[in-house]
Amino acid sequence: MTSQKKYELYRGMLLIRRFEEKLTELCAGGKVPGMVILCTGQEAVAAGVCGALEKEDVIISNHRSHGHLLAKGADPNLIMAEIYGKSTGYNKGKSGTLHIAAPEVNALCTTTVVGGGIPIVVGTAFAQQYNKSGSVSVCFFGNGAADEGSFHESLNMAALWNLPAIFICENNVYSGAQRMEDHTKVKDIATRAIGYDMPGVVVDGNDAVAVYNATVEARERCLAGEGPTLIECKTYRWRGHGESDHQVYQPKDEIACWMERCPVEKLQKELLDEGFITRQEVLELENEINKAVEESVRFAEDSPWPAPEDALEDIYA
Amino acid sequence: MQNISMGQAVAQALSEEMRRDPSVFMAGEGIGVGIHDSPLMPTYGLLQEFGPGRVKDTPVSEAVIAGLAVGASVLGLRPVVEVMFFPFFTLASDQIVNHAAKLRYLSGGKSAFPMVVRIKAGAGFGAGCQHSHNLEAWAAHCPGLKVVMPGTAADAKGLLKSAIRDDNPVIFIEDMGLYFFPTPVPEEDYTIPIGVADVKKPGRDVTVVTWSKMLGTAFKAVGPLAKDGIDIEIVDLRTLLPLDKETILNSVRKTGRLVVLHEATRTGGFGGEIAALAAEEAFEALKAPVKRVTAPDIPVPFSPPLEKFYLPDEAQLIQAIKDIVKA
Repeated sequence: MTSQKKYELYRGMLLIRRFEEKLTELCAGGKVPGMVILCTGQEAVAAGVCGALEKEDVIISNHRSHGHLLAKGADPNLIMAEIYGKSTGYNKGKSGTLHIAAPEVNALCTTTVVGGGIPIVVGTAFAQQYNKSGSVSVCFFGNGAADEGSFHESLNMAALWNLPAIFICENNVYSGAQRMEDHTKVKDIATRAIGYDMPGVVVDGNDAVAVYNATVEARERCLAGEGPTLIECKTYRWRGHGESDHQVYQPKDEIACWMERCPVEKLQKELLDEGFITRQEVLELENEINKAVEESVRFAEDSPWPAPEDALEDIYA
Repeated sequence: MQNISMGQAVAQALSEEMRRDPSVFMAGEGIGVGIHDSPLMPTYGLLQEFGPGRVKDTPVSEAVIAGLAVGASVLGLRPVVEVMFFPFFTLASDQIVNHAAKLRYLSGGKSAFPMVVRIKAGAGFGAGCQHSHNLEAWAAHCPGLKVVMPGTAADAKGLLKSAIRDDNPVIFIEDMGLYFFPTPVPEEDYTIPIGVADVKKPGRDVTVVTWSKMLGTAFKAVGPLAKDGIDIEIVDLRTLLPLDKETILNSVRKTGRLVVLHEATRTGGFGGEIAALAAEEAFEALKAPVKRVTAPDIPVPFSPPLEKFYLPDEAQLIQAIKDIVKA
């Protein structure tokens, strides 16, 4: 990977990190209505995967979506406004943080039914194959979703039809409050790919470069007509399931240990070591990202609420 | 005019739409090479005409069949997927209820899901309650869906064409009892609008609101009632969602009496919705209590006399009508 590409991934991760940290602050201050679920600590998966995609490629996300959306190029202002429930948000306040669709960047659907997006990606990948569009579909889901029947049905059909689909299992150790060993016997979700005769790859989900490389390879397979790939990215969520989760089940030393393996710092260090950026440039970039995040908050807070009767719109096309 | 069964009318609509629009494709269990191979079945001959690229036989995976439709439709294809028997709707229901119905709303109107889920329905085949269970009221309880349930072959052809051309998810429910009896169907390309009920027989004394196979049952009551001087008006709902309230209310205001007839079980059935509509909006016109003629609140039993007992028939309808005409 070129240093320039690595820098882009770093920059993307930094935006996600600051965006999520800001939301933690806003939630603590009671500024944001409703449930908020963050991907702090998992930035390398979003950045690495989306960094390997083209604009035409489709992503389907889940409840922990902000990183995926930002990495796919969605506008932070419109995401933040949607999280606030404002009329200027991506979906006019109808989706909130949990279901953001940004068709402008082919982030077509965010579904919070665990495992609900996996069958949909079979459909988008089918359409891409049917239309010979030369693009692929990616579904992000967690280790918990891999226990849903939809996961198994979808992998089977996608493999059977050689669909251009990439299944990204973002294994952050927990499924709600359950540790991996309490919800499945397997050590690696990726081994389940064997059951569907597709490649199953395990990568360090805190290494954006490794995630990127695995995605590039999977995408090439898709476009060569060789079918789908399951990529399991081993990572960790620093925050709870949502911001109201007190994380009683997550050992403090475990969190600390994973924070030592910060994906953002890892890439920053590599770029500094390679001499591609200087400390000063890091500070400047952080400053720029902070400003962008603050601007998204200002945009959201200054935006109008939807009119109550707007609830009646957008049901039917 | 041709005489064909509803299965053939569905096949005709499917093949004509697939010829007309290359974005239409089909998927389902045994829709190409099936275990129910008969020229009367609704997907007969389509694999031969359109090939395996557009007529997709799927694994037995209802959740992903429905998800396939959701994902393919958001990218602009027009999938027509099949749920082999209505009870299997439960297996597909996450994708239909939580996704197909809601994702447009969740997108703030940015995305559209032009998909059709065809469901084979109806009791009377000795298949038992896990193959026979009319759940149209469940589907109709999901804003964002359209729910269509034709009662004639001619309506099925025109409504299915509308469903395929509609930019919303349409649940298209075919009663298999109508697959095997030829009735007149226009040969030309025509559509029938979704959301418009049809007064299949005008009448003076009692409004009978019904849909799907029970339309035939309603017609069986016409002659015997006429002998007693009772003239019924038969309103074929055709679409449950969106509901054509005006046609129902106009009829009830005219006759002053309402009986709802449906095959599905009583409690929580869609008949309750029609009764409530009349009570809320046409109470002043009602000369008698609203009656429902439905299946009892039991699963569809297997044994022939039990299954016959389950299905509402014209005798029950006639009795209900006589009760409220006397009242």
